[in-house]
Amino acid sequence: MGTIIETNNLRAYYITKAYGVERTVKAVDDITLRIQEGEVYGIAGESGCGKSTLLRILLGAYQPPLTVVGGEVIYHLEGETMNAADMTEEQQRDMKWRTISYIPQGSMHVLNPVRRIRDTFHDFISAHRDVTKKESFQLTADYLRDLGLPEKVMASYPHQLSGGMRQRVTIALATILWPKLIFADEPTTALDVVVQRGVIQMLKDVQQKEGSTLVLITHDIGVHANLADRIGILYAGKLVEESDTKTILENPRHPYTRYLIESLPSLDSREERLAIPGRPPALDRPPSGCRFHERCPLAQDVCKTIEPELIEIEPKHFTACHVVEEELNGGHSV
Amino acid sequence: MEVTVSKRDSQSEPQGGSVYAPLLQIENLTKVFHIRQGFASQDFHAVDNASIVIDSDKPEIFAVVGESGSGKTTLAKMVLGMESSSEGILRYKNRVINDISRREMKSWFYREVQPVFQDPFAAFSPLKRIDSYLYETAQNYRMVADKKEAPRYINEVLSEVGLTLAEIAGRYPNELSGGQAQRVAIARALITKPSLIVADEPVSMLDASLRMSIVNMFRKLKEDNNVSVIYITHDLATAYYTGDRIAVMLRGWIVEMGPTERVLGNPLHPYTQNLKTSIPSIKSEESWNEKIDLAVIETDEYTRTGCKFAGRCPAVMDICHDNVPPSVMHEGRSVKCFLYDDAVDAEKKRMLTPAAL
Repeated sequence: MGTIIETNNLRAYYITKAYGVERTVKAVDDITLRIQEGEVYGIAGESGCGKSTLLRILLGAYQPPLTVVGGEVIYHLEGETMNAADMTEEQQRDMKWRTISYIPQGSMHVLNPVRRIRDTFHDFISAHRDVTKKESFQLTADYLRDLGLPEKVMASYPHQLSGGMRQRVTIALATILWPKLIFADEPTTALDVVVQRGVIQMLKDVQQKEGSTLVLITHDIGVHANLADRIGILYAGKLVEESDTKTILENPRHPYTRYLIESLPSLDSREERLAIPGRPPALDRPPSGCRFHERCPLAQDVCKTIEPELIEIEPKHFTACHVVEEELNGGHSV
Repeated sequence: MEVTVSKRDSQSEPQGGSVYAPLLQIENLTKVFHIRQGFASQDFHAVDNASIVIDSDKPEIFAVVGESGSGKTTLAKMVLGMESSSEGILRYKNRVINDISRREMKSWFYREVQPVFQDPFAAFSPLKRIDSYLYETAQNYRMVADKKEAPRYINEVLSEVGLTLAEIAGRYPNELSGGQAQRVAIARALITKPSLIVADEPVSMLDASLRMSIVNMFRKLKEDNNVSVIYITHDLATAYYTGDRIAVMLRGWIVEMGPTERVLGNPLHPYTQNLKTSIPSIKSEESWNEKIDLAVIETDEYTRTGCKFAGRCPAVMDICHDNVPPSVMHEGRSVKCFLYDDAVDAEKKRMLTPAAL
């Protein structure tokens, strides 16, 4: 299995100019990713760390002020290699929903409130395939049955469905044309645990049925633990750690990842857990050196000036941290 | 009884303090909404027969959990006096909340009971400086004698939530992070020195990393300031972490209630068990294997005649479909389920005990 989508040193900034004051928000800064065909790749991080911006760039759905200032996004789809920057608008439109699909966060606002679910499905299907209403209804009914959703929903309006059912209908809608690459932006945030579990199960089903690739964005490490094969941790627009899910959860090396995982409350103990000190930096003036140094308990002088590089500390486990690097090179342990 | 405005001590116990009164007394509280569709009308019990007592001598954090549409927020609104109750008893310090006059609501009740809502950015107007809310609350409730004293008092309150006035003075809500804005919302609630805070999903808009700082603060407030908190959430992990007692709600019912460690440590009601196993665990070996059923349409469950969980319950019995289960005391908590009702055939129960599933 090859790579399905890759980014090379991707930089995407929000560049705004108001009253002659130029402001650049470095939301995605030098990110290199290789996402393999058929895997579930999780992207985790706090709000404001650039997760959604990265997704927007990967999807090719962005407008100024968001601008790609460096690097590239390359798709390997349907036996072709395409650079996102070279694609025409028509090519992109054709590709969307058929080969690349997107599950948005707020299912409340996604479905057309004045159309029945089956009509919304028809709109989507008929945009890419030449089908009659009857055929698309049949296709929809079959697909919903496959996914274990009651057929009753087809004739319903969105407001009649519960929040979890609405989110699952949205997932069904995004995947009915069997896309190879699915992006999901916080698909379970704002749902309660039982519904969240149902939605995760369904995402898993959809992904496994056709061996699609799923890029999952959420700040909830618990969701990643249950769904993702590999996790990339973003901090302030940078990829700070990347490895398979098990390694990230059991042996995180970057101090930020460690905080993220240790601050999670669980039902195992009620001992006091500490929140991560400080807050995420503003990305228009990111801190010098390592962007985490202001909140890092291990920070040293070198962290304040020199930016750490993402290095492979063990096979397929990447971390960008001076302290970890030093330890690895036989320096004193911390 | 007439209440004077100037002295705080006389207000806190309007009944003279002769009779012992719990801080909050909720008994068989019911809220019915009437839904009209054309000529047909349907009754909709958003909260059905809820009973909760919070003692006044020992502050506690009382967690209310349940999925969306389980009546948590309606319960909170009734406690805050924002929604009238349909039936049952709802008393704060022995006063019926529905009967408190508007004037007294302002002069006494809102000093005592303060809300914290889900979205801090929706709670503050984006056009107003965030510290103006603190000044206004302090002045409206006469917490400070004159304007000059206000900054000192506000700074004192802000320090309770780990902020300083200098940090937020003159800033607009959009200039603060979600966690900071939520802290200011809590500081605003603390200005009147309340005895009870009703927090409706205070952390669900926040990142996991910021959640802990807010729930740690509730723990601190309870211990240092003797504030009781009704903590409404759908996040079981933080409810377990902070709550002294917990009530699990389902479609208006309290299906299980008791000490948090018991209820979540060893849940008895099939719904609570369902909730507990649904928490995504970060331990890789604990991934889910079996499937769960979800409600299709929420109103269908609300209008069910028997147990409202019968449609999804893995241990459902014939009796559940047509009869409302009783609340029984079992292993130190109350459970609303036929499985723990002695009147139900023991043999049948044994076969269907969820532990055997």
